[in-house]
Amino acid sequence: MYRYDEFDRTLVSERVAQFRRQVARRLTGELSEDQFKPLRLMNGLYLQLHAYMLRINVPYGCLSSAQLRALARIARRYDRGYGHFTTRQNIQFNWIALADAPDIMADLAAVEMNTMQSSGNCVRNVTADHYAGRAADEIEDPRVWCELLRQYSILNPEFSYLPRKFKLALTGSPHDRAAVAVHDIGLRMYRDEQGRPGFEVIVGGGQGRTPAIGKTIRQWIEPRHIILYVEAILRVYNLYGRRDNIYKARIKILVTALGIDRFRELVDAEWEQIRATGPVIDDAERARIQACFAPPDYDRAAAGDDPSPAAGISDPAYDAWLRSNVVAHKVAGYAIVNLSLKAPGRVPGDLAADKMERVADLADRFSCGELRINHRQNLSFVDVRRRDLPVLWRALSTLELATPNIGLASDIIACPGLDYCSLANARSIPIAQDLSRHFADTDKLQQVGSLTINISGCMNACGHHHVGNIGILGVDKRGAEFFQLTLGGSADENPSLGDRLGRGLPQADVPAAIERIVDAYLALRGDDETFLQTYRRVGIEPFRAVVYEPQGTTRQVA
Amino acid sequence: MTTLIKDGQAAKDIYLRIDGDDPIPDGGALLVSLPVWQDHWQRLTRRPDPIGVVLASHEHPEVIADDLENFAVIALEFPTFRDGRAYSYARLLRDRYGFSGELRAIGDVLLEQLHYMERVGFNAFELAGDDPLAELETARGDFSVWYQGAVDGRRPASVLRQARTSASK
Amino acid sequence: MAQMLIANRLIDGRVVFRAADGNWVTDIDAGQLIDDNAVADSRLADARTDESDNLIIDPCLIDVAALGAAHEPAVLRESIRAHGPTIAVER
Repeated sequence: MYRYDEFDRTLVSERVAQFRRQVARRLTGELSEDQFKPLRLMNGLYLQLHAYMLRINVPYGCLSSAQLRALARIARRYDRGYGHFTTRQNIQFNWIALADAPDIMADLAAVEMNTMQSSGNCVRNVTADHYAGRAADEIEDPRVWCELLRQYSILNPEFSYLPRKFKLALTGSPHDRAAVAVHDIGLRMYRDEQGRPGFEVIVGGGQGRTPAIGKTIRQWIEPRHIILYVEAILRVYNLYGRRDNIYKARIKILVTALGIDRFRELVDAEWEQIRATGPVIDDAERARIQACFAPPDYDRAAAGDDPSPAAGISDPAYDAWLRSNVVAHKVAGYAIVNLSLKAPGRVPGDLAADKMERVADLADRFSCGELRINHRQNLSFVDVRRRDLPVLWRALSTLELATPNIGLASDIIACPGLDYCSLANARSIPIAQDLSRHFADTDKLQQVGSLTINISGCMNACGHHHVGNIGILGVDKRGAEFFQLTLGGSADENPSLGDRLGRGLPQADVPAAIERIVDAYLALRGDDETFLQTYRRVGIEPFRAVVYEPQGTTRQVA
Repeated sequence: MTTLIKDGQAAKDIYLRIDGDDPIPDGGALLVSLPVWQDHWQRLTRRPDPIGVVLASHEHPEVIADDLENFAVIALEFPTFRDGRAYSYARLLRDRYGFSGELRAIGDVLLEQLHYMERVGFNAFELAGDDPLAELETARGDFSVWYQGAVDGRRPASVLRQARTSASK
Repeated sequence: MAQMLIANRLIDGRVVFRAADGNWVTDIDAGQLIDDNAVADSRLADARTDESDNLIIDPCLIDVAALGAAHEPAVLRESIRAHGPTIAVER
């Protein structure tokens, strides 16, 4: 993974020192809250319902075991012993004291992590396919471009006060695991007609209260031009994005207002201006960064390993885990293993400090000391020798991290919701807990198959409800929590936004409604059809009928 | 009360601000709004004293790109510190339109933003506060490493890395 | 329904309630119930002074019911602020 050199280290430690001075000025009253708030937000420090919340970047999802141990120490020393992995490859701590924040940032800097620009109207953490560099279906590892974009965006003098936040996601694989179509800029690698790898540039996607699938602004661009092309987009956005209304300030609103063709004209005109004289990506610098992502020394003998190691295990739970949680690796004899943070009844994305340390130990033992976090709030070991799978499965099982549900109904995304978040209208976590208990049965899970359920506690959509096959949005109705369902959303390479099913349901009715939707799908599905495929074939009406007119009858109104 | 800082020094602001229907005096340096410039440029350019123009945050410098030789100063307004358009304007004025005179940040200019502003080409700031010069020095000292090239000539980390690598060979 | 002043403490962000003696306390049961609107406005003005003195952030009045010695906010959001998340913490 990327390692800081003296320049990165200096920059991050200078940022910590700067923030330490700012916190001191705030505590003495030299800075008012109005003056201080944008400064703390640009360092990832929010004030939430119970305390300050610190959001830490895990750039493009890559985390070392040493970093995870540092997070565990922070969780124990400064928080309440746990952290929350988010949908943007960040980890959040919920119980932070303002006075401690500079020390935490210094501890993070010591393990080459930071919180810079994890909030604010600037370019946020650059996210990527969590299997980057390892997936069997990948064209090229996108992480060198991720890191170049990360460095380009950090403290960028021109683009740190954009109209609104700005999110970038990259995938080097035709199978999109990074939800690139719902980002301000999404970069999807594919080969052109001559077989050259390049990026499709997608712009203006996003979720929130005005969800949009991004539009292709450029079919194919050579990767070495990507920084300048992003600069052209950022400049057009910085100059012409709306600043009069916070709800209309994202780039998606500008792209929609101008139309993608007019927006492309502006960007291409800007790009023509800068491409001759602008900074090109230095080959030596690129090579330096590329070297950080060199794969580990794989054991060539691994190719001769039994491709489906059972090693005496005749446990259906192991088989289910192999099917759901283990993914093909580009090197023979190795596998990618997903750690599910979605055991029945657990809080999606939360991990206790003790478990962080156990996971770090397992990463050292089984996966070259590295792991990944992904936008579905799970972890991945990306370099596991297949013959180690049974041992690893047992170890993960004792930690409750081997639930065989990756991509299945109980692998639920949930934002922190009203239990933590000051923006939320309703609680997301209890719904996720109910549903994951409801889908606790492995056979049922496997029978239902691929199904994403995403829950947001408000229309800001941190829980990605718009792109869940089943989306659940918490709303406040005169002081009571209600939940609106959407169906048919998808964040993969064929993205779509969910369609609203109907009026909101009280919390107690949500599991039964989901059950009816799933049962309707099972009754309607064709051979090997996923929920999404069935939904796209039959439309919303059959599902609306089973939720709002159970047993085929409309309730009599007295 | 604001203090003008120019090229790192406290400076006396010799410019009289002219906007709307303000009368245009016959003598003295003037800093005029864009509409005043557009309405009275012939008269203004006949005067011997220096002229500057103020651009509000919605006024793209493209509209004065052909007039730059007339201006000793261009002042770009930050109506609120959140409005970042002037960072791009400054960069375009320096990089694309070749303006080499004084580029002044006015309005809601915060200490924490100075290093960004210097990097995109501002060399003058109207700052509030008791001792803005001392604060400027503090703000300037915050960072010694930058990832991006910009218009201030400071070399980004990528260039320094390669220079170091070459030197060690 | 009675009202109570709630805020977050500046230094650590913790949820605090204004007690009758003017101190900010973390226990809602120790917070002062205010029945009179004029008194509430006056206490809110005091709280804003505490805010400008950098003790607390975002003070506001919330509706609170008295259940014997226990105090319970009328709205779920404020109840969660008073008592913490409604879910068990990950272990």
